[in-house]
Amino acid sequence: MTVLEQRGAYRPSPPPAWQPRMDPAPLLPDAEPYRVLGTEAAGEADPDLLRRLHAQLVRGRRYNTQATALTKQGRLAVYPSSTGQEACEVAAALALEERDWLFPSYRDTLAVVARGVDPVAALTLLRGDWHHGYDPHEHRVAPLSTPLATQLPHAVGLAHAARLKGDDVVALAMVGDGGTSEGDFHEALNFAAVWQAPVVFLVQNNGFAISVPLAKQTAAPSLAHKAVGYGMPGRLVDGNDAAAVHEVLADAVRHARAGGGPTLVEAVTYRIDAHTNADDATRYRGDAEIEAWRAHDPVQLLERELTGRGLLDEAAIEAARQDAEEMAADLRERMNRDPEPHPMDLFDHVYAGTTSQLREQRALLRAELEAEHERHGEPEGGAR
Amino acid sequence: MTTVAVKPATMAQALTRAMRDAMAADPTVHVLGEDVGTLGGVFRVTDGLAKEFGEDRCTDTPLAEAGILGTAVGMAMYGLRPVVEMQFDAFAYPALEQLISHVSRMRNRTRGRVPLPITVRVPYGGGIGGVEHHSDSSEAYYMATPGLHVLTPATVADAYGMLRQAIASDDPVVFLEPKRLYWSKDTWNPEQPTEVEPVGRAVVRRPGTSATLLTYGPSLPVCLEAAEAARAEGWDLEVLDLRSLVPFDDETVCAAVRRTGRAVVVHESTGFGGPGGEIAARVTERCFHHLEAPVLRVAGFDIPYPPPMLERHHLPGVDRVLDAVARLQWEAEG
Ligand SMILES: Cc1ncc(C[n+]2csc(CCOP(=O)(O)OP(=O)(O)O)c2C)c(N)n1
Ligand SMILES: [Mg+2]
Repeated sequence: MTVLEQRGAYRPSPPPAWQPRMDPAPLLPDAEPYRVLGTEAAGEADPDLLRRLHAQLVRGRRYNTQATALTKQGRLAVYPSSTGQEACEVAAALALEERDWLFPSYRDTLAVVARGVDPVAALTLLRGDWHHGYDPHEHRVAPLSTPLATQLPHAVGLAHAARLKGDDVVALAMVGDGGTSEGDFHEALNFAAVWQAPVVFLVQNNGFAISVPLAKQTAAPSLAHKAVGYGMPGRLVDGNDAAAVHEVLADAVRHARAGGGPTLVEAVTYRIDAHTNADDATRYRGDAEIEAWRAHDPVQLLERELTGRGLLDEAAIEAARQDAEEMAADLRERMNRDPEPHPMDLFDHVYAGTTSQLREQRALLRAELEAEHERHGEPEGGAR
Repeated sequence: MTTVAVKPATMAQALTRAMRDAMAADPTVHVLGEDVGTLGGVFRVTDGLAKEFGEDRCTDTPLAEAGILGTAVGMAMYGLRPVVEMQFDAFAYPALEQLISHVSRMRNRTRGRVPLPITVRVPYGGGIGGVEHHSDSSEAYYMATPGLHVLTPATVADAYGMLRQAIASDDPVVFLEPKRLYWSKDTWNPEQPTEVEPVGRAVVRRPGTSATLLTYGPSLPVCLEAAEAARAEGWDLEVLDLRSLVPFDDETVCAAVRRTGRAVVVHESTGFGGPGGEIAARVTERCFHHLEAPVLRVAGFDIPYPPPMLERHHLPGVDRVLDAVARLQWEAEG
């Protein structure tokens, strides 16, 4: 007889009941990326929406080539191109209502522009005359975020705050495949699910994080599967199919707005250009892969679908091109003017007020500028 | 005017009261952190807030410091005024990226269009017998990040007044709470809490003429004790409580040092790369011709924070402060 039995204190019983907290099956993504173009579903899509998407894709492609050209000319310090990813960029912007918020990464200036932000202001960070150009409140677009995935918890907090205030605002946050390995990705998804915050996470899986392919990034069945662990639905979509990305995102936005909580969307796409102009992609990938993806080009896919269905004629395509050229010409013209960043601005907006230390440093810089002015004649924005 | 009984209150109670009053006065003030709701925080500083204001205003978050501060950024972007509790100094480190890369820079990046009025409360410092990771003095990390205010109260009244200021500030504030003073008591009337002078000003806690001790937070009581003990040696020490490390009150500090001509900086944080180096340099640059001796530092050793059974050897105590005062070249004077 054991000591416990002698005392009669211990009566073995089965463990207290354990229940799964929810059925994971409805959260699981489809086995294949969801597609609309080239399938029956295309017939049910709203032709006006498809035409709007097309015009934006044409514009978006032109925007990417123009920004890349400006970088080669030294007008931008760096440009992370979204060539090949225009469907995701454009659909993200168009899936939102006016009152919603967009949280972009450095790759997503096109989404920012498609949301209505002036392209020159969207490119301020990449031109380098300031860290950021536009008023985030004007179009409800957060600043482009460079530290990977750090913008995701911001989107969750904003959506949570909106819900607490009783506003039916949704936040859509964008991140790359590499960014999903960051701790902030995990924390943001977990907070969003626990709080049932109205957030949509859009992961653009473009195959690479600079040079590192997805296989070295994750062992998950798909990035969309990660959603299940947080208790939110994961959706897998063809990221080059603008109609599909828009439909999936718009569904997720509706779901979030209705109080259904967050969704994780993985859009499978491909980065046609190098990581940035400063990157040499030949060191880590071959032309065959790029050519295969060029054959699945987002602009061509939609254009072929629309013309095939008689929903878009040559005149409409020409009009879209014309509009894109005008945008590019305007961008070129304005980006070719030298920006005039004012050195004295450096001390503004560090704090709401100032400090005695910053006052002293301000005076030092002003004196340096005045001395420079005396030597060279021209003040470098030092007049203020 | 009726006189209200002035009862002894602890610093922890004053901090609680500050949050309570701020939440009552401003519905955009939200408290969030680990265990801050039902439990009232591991130090009970948020005690009663969830009960009074509901869990939407005082929220137990998932356990993730970057997530807490990161979501606070989004909340602030939408017009709320988050007050974030980090459970302990060393557990605030996961949030450093959010703090450094976004919280401190968002106003500057957006040219003032997106201010982030976030208060990050961090219990800090040693002397409570804590095991590893519970006693760090992390102020130098925060001080090295432009865009943040770094405040630390040392008295019960300041705990209230400065936390109210921090919450009301339109800038992000790292509010360092000296955890070994949480239970320090003072006669302080919670019904008529005192407001403190403008944020960012140091204050003389003990006037004196021989030398100035420049200190803050957990080291203030040590310096006051040292000043008492120094009377026996014939020194009349002035004790200055910095209260705000950023912005730094050069004016008050230099006025004090110019009066006495001698200064010792006292803090728990490591000496090498610690706040004392910056403070000593500033004082020397500005008060050189008034100085009778080099500005000395009394600091924690340059070691990882020691285990509790050895921490008394690490923490600057009265003797170490007095030894430094003794080295202020008194002989040369006469
Ligand atoms: C926290 C952090 N670490 C490293 C970097 C440097 N970096 C910039 S982009 C990038 C790759 C990101 O890949 P992915 O998330 O897939 O986005 P993509 O560039 O493909 O759009 C890296 C490593 C960074 N910006 N932030
Ligand atoms: Mg990528």
